[in-house]
Amino acid sequence: MSVKTPVYLDYQATTPLDPRVLDAMLPFFKEKFGNPHSVAHRFGWEADAAIEVAREDIAEVIGARAEEIIFTSGATESNNLIVKGVMAAHLARKPHLVTVATEHKCVLECAAQIEAWGGKVTYLPVDPSGLTDLQALDDAVTPETALVSVMAVNNEIGVIQPLAEIGRIVRSKDALFHTDAAQAFGKIPLDVDAMQIDFMSLSGHKIYGPKGIGAAYIRKPLQSRLAPQMSGGGQQGGLRSGTLAPALCVGFGAAAKLAKAEMAEEGERIAGFARRFLEAVLAALPDTVVHGGLDSRYAGNLNLGFPGLDGDLLLANLRDLAVSSSAACASAETGPSYVLQALGVDNALAKASLRIGFGRMTTEAEVAFAAERLIRAVSEMRMAA
Amino acid sequence: MNAPIYLDYNATAPVRPEARAAIAAALEAGGNPSSVHGIGRAARGRVESARGTVARAVGARSQEVVFLSGGTEANTLAFSMVGERPVVISPVEHDNVLALAWAREKPPVLLPVDANGVVSLSGLEEVLKGLGEPAFVSLMLANNETGVIQPAREAAEIVHNHGGLIHSDAVQALGKIPVDFAELGVDLMSLTAHKLGGPQGTGALIMREGISHAPLFVGGGQEQGRRAGTENVAGIAGFAAAAEAAVDQLASYGGLAELRDDLERRLAEIAPELRFFSAGAPRLPNTSCFALAGLSAEIQVMALDLAGICVSSGAACSSGKVRPSHVLQALGANEELARSALRVSLGWATKPEDLDALIAAWSELYVRSPRGTSEAAE
Repeated sequence: MSVKTPVYLDYQATTPLDPRVLDAMLPFFKEKFGNPHSVAHRFGWEADAAIEVAREDIAEVIGARAEEIIFTSGATESNNLIVKGVMAAHLARKPHLVTVATEHKCVLECAAQIEAWGGKVTYLPVDPSGLTDLQALDDAVTPETALVSVMAVNNEIGVIQPLAEIGRIVRSKDALFHTDAAQAFGKIPLDVDAMQIDFMSLSGHKIYGPKGIGAAYIRKPLQSRLAPQMSGGGQQGGLRSGTLAPALCVGFGAAAKLAKAEMAEEGERIAGFARRFLEAVLAALPDTVVHGGLDSRYAGNLNLGFPGLDGDLLLANLRDLAVSSSAACASAETGPSYVLQALGVDNALAKASLRIGFGRMTTEAEVAFAAERLIRAVSEMRMAA
Repeated sequence: MNAPIYLDYNATAPVRPEARAAIAAALEAGGNPSSVHGIGRAARGRVESARGTVARAVGARSQEVVFLSGGTEANTLAFSMVGERPVVISPVEHDNVLALAWAREKPPVLLPVDANGVVSLSGLEEVLKGLGEPAFVSLMLANNETGVIQPAREAAEIVHNHGGLIHSDAVQALGKIPVDFAELGVDLMSLTAHKLGGPQGTGALIMREGISHAPLFVGGGQEQGRRAGTENVAGIAGFAAAAEAAVDQLASYGGLAELRDDLERRLAEIAPELRFFSAGAPRLPNTSCFALAGLSAEIQVMALDLAGICVSSGAACSSGKVRPSHVLQALGANEELARSALRVSLGWATKPEDLDALIAAWSELYVRSPRGTSEAAE
């Protein structure tokens, strides 16, 4: 059994481009190079038409309409556009934002900015499984609350928040509901109407599409209720100006379409990988701690703690595996993960933890190889200690 | 039918082969530059090597290059640094800069321009004196519609003498004329990849070190806290490859001026009453913007499209909105003349035969049209 190393197990940081997505994109780097906003000639029309098809393909995955999908440069821009844009537009009447302690850094930094503007933010805690308490959420939302922002799938521990229940509470309290679905889109079923989601942030490169493209789902009647952060040019209904990149939009659309078509089958396969990996690790290393609950979880994201080990050293001993100790954008930072801390994990264990992700390109052989390598590295380090 | 002839490079340019190769390589390699494992570090390597290449291409230092999604984001990030300063702009800026300047509490001060659209440096001096406080000046390096080049270096000196900050939108200039950030002396400079044969969706803001700033997008800490979001590695690599190729080929790009001048001479022979905008000032070598009163841009664009020739009736971003160009009006064109303007912009893959075809098609269109008189064209 041979595998190509390093084995990529960091699908939450980014995913390889699906070759089918690449094929869809390549013509837009060649003969179909037009500016989609050129209305005077065929190069422009062709690019514009391709973008609109992509918009529809993306909308379909979440039960939205094409005109509710606003292309952005990625989920970070979408989160900034929605969280800051909605709060900026509501600051005078409804200055309150409700979010969760385990949100992506980007939502938390937007929240900090809203506090700097004079708004109020409630950071809901999570239980040891990583889930938000619905009663606490219900209590936190007041008539002053403009927006509730709760991520769909956590990027470090894979936990799925109860979106439909949250949507019901938020709607009943006359607030708006945003979910950062960068890790969920194309991986678990999402429906903006059934879940009463008003805004959603999406990313291309987490679903085997290109980097540099994402989208904001903005429910149609609410499109006048947020302040754009890039204006001038007036593209996309004035909500997000700037020349659109057809190659990136088309790549994102193709990736979304594939994700929808293959979601069930792929989800099952990936869940099998995660289950067998975890069984092997727990059998050999029974004191391994699984961070976050396993019941409401995207299966392709494991986060494991190895009591008594130095996490940096463990990573260094796992050169054959491309895994991560926390969120990629925080990789260069030292210090324990704030997500694990929010679960009540102590700092020593948080620093001795790894995020292991499985995805579309993962093979059975890679899973076995990775489990064996991890078990060996942990055992050797413990023996040496 | 023959392959269409593309003469709309100021809207976007075909991707250069060098850029395409760099994009394809980065797309296949994958990796998140913020990941610390080998695949992530390789992606980081591509981004940082591209940063060095772009810096060299524009005479800046690597740490001054902030990669982002394109010209609009670059301008928006630049304007986030205005602070309490009054804003001063030229009346021929891109729509995006106009919108940013007008979005502020106080309306911007508009600089006087001459009949070619070149700002008056003594006018700038007077405006800054009159304001009596340090200003934020935004002056594009080259105009997207007429190609006119602004005296940004001289303007920067004046602005700095008055303690202000100066931003220059160099989106149309890079790859067409030499652009040297250090020599220009501006504080902020916007760039985009797709106007010079790089991919759409990537650009940069060149930021002089030491300028106090806040990011537009927060979260993640990429680009040293100046721009959050996972880097578009392939786009950045393609941008660098295109910028390097474009700058290397600048000497031959100047040859486009000969083609463009020949085009204008031949068109003027057909229709002596044609007005060529900004022709009396330094212009981008690739751009020709002309109008004939009574011959609407829509009719010309349609007829040329039928002949397989792609040109533009104005800035692509404002296409769709049928309104006369603010740039041409600032040059003294009345509404009718502004509505008649055609923009022809050449680029790295333009051949002399392309212009022969344009001239033949335009000549036919002109002969069949009710001609304007020379008076009407004034």
